Amino acid sequence: MVKYFLGLNELKSSWDQVFIAFWQRYPNPYSKHVLTEDILYREVTSDQKLLTRRLLTKTNRLPRWAERFLPANVAHAVYILEDSIIDLHKKTLTTYTWNINHSTVMSVEERCRYCENPENKTWTEIKREAWVSSNVFGFSRPIQEFGLARFKSNVTKAIKGFEFILAKMQGDTPSRTLVETAKEATEKAKETALAAKEKARDLASKAATGKKQQYV
Amino acid sequence: MNSVGEECTDMKREYDQCFNRWFAEKFLKGEGNGDPCTELFRRYRSCVQKAIKDKDIPVDGIEFMGPNKDKPDSNEDS
Repeated sequence: MVKYFLGLNELKSSWDQVFIAFWQRYPNPYSKHVLTEDILYREVTSDQKLLTRRLLTKTNRLPRWAERFLPANVAHAVYILEDSIIDLHKKTLTTYTWNINHSTVMSVEERCRYCENPENKTWTEIKREAWVSSNVFGFSRPIQEFGLARFKSNVTKAIKGFEFILAKMQGDTPSRTLVETAKEATEKAKETALAAKEKARDLASKAATGKKQQYV
Repeated sequence: MNSVGEECTDMKREYDQCFNRWFAEKFLKGEGNGDPCTELFRRYRSCVQKAIKDKDIPVDGIEFMGPNKDKPDSNEDS
């Protein structure tokens, strides 16, 4: 038994903007459940396809009644693989995303296809399919119901997150991300300098008060 | 965004920055040959691979877009 989901979403940005945003969408204010993101594999094929595998870690809050199906002392974080193909000729992005642990309790597989909206080429259409299943004897139905409900709420978050990143990209000059990175680095440097100054002052005051300080 | 291996996060950000620029300015314009970020990626990836091993994350031997193949295209809720 598998729960099937089919949904269509529209992003009011062109495909190339959406593809750029796809790689920059974490973190955003709606992605608090996404803890880490890594690129495990990346390849450009000779026919201009970009293949990527990402590893994501997400929180995995289960309702209390379902917690018992997770082994004790097991990390509750869920590991997710996201394989994707960007086809430059077709202007499509196809993703396949699924969890690689806790999959006996609940398995969620999602396939998305992003493409140019045929009626309005400045918009991008997302066709999303998902399959939610559970192999917990006697409880698979309520777990699947829960999984599907959470999946739907995560779809809403994903779209809001996308819109947030796209607005950020479009509202400012395209170099915004670089400016931000530079700003962040400056802040970090300031903090480091401040910490070093504090440390130096501390050392200086210790040196000034002589060895006595060590016995206090 | 943070890496699963805390110690890899800085390398990841450096690589991401390189990749994002290349993706927007080269790849999307059809000039995708010659990825300038491979060296940064190699460095970052070896860090992540170690973290994945330490944390026992089961990523090995999974085919690309793998488990997708035998999915029916669109069957209704069963």
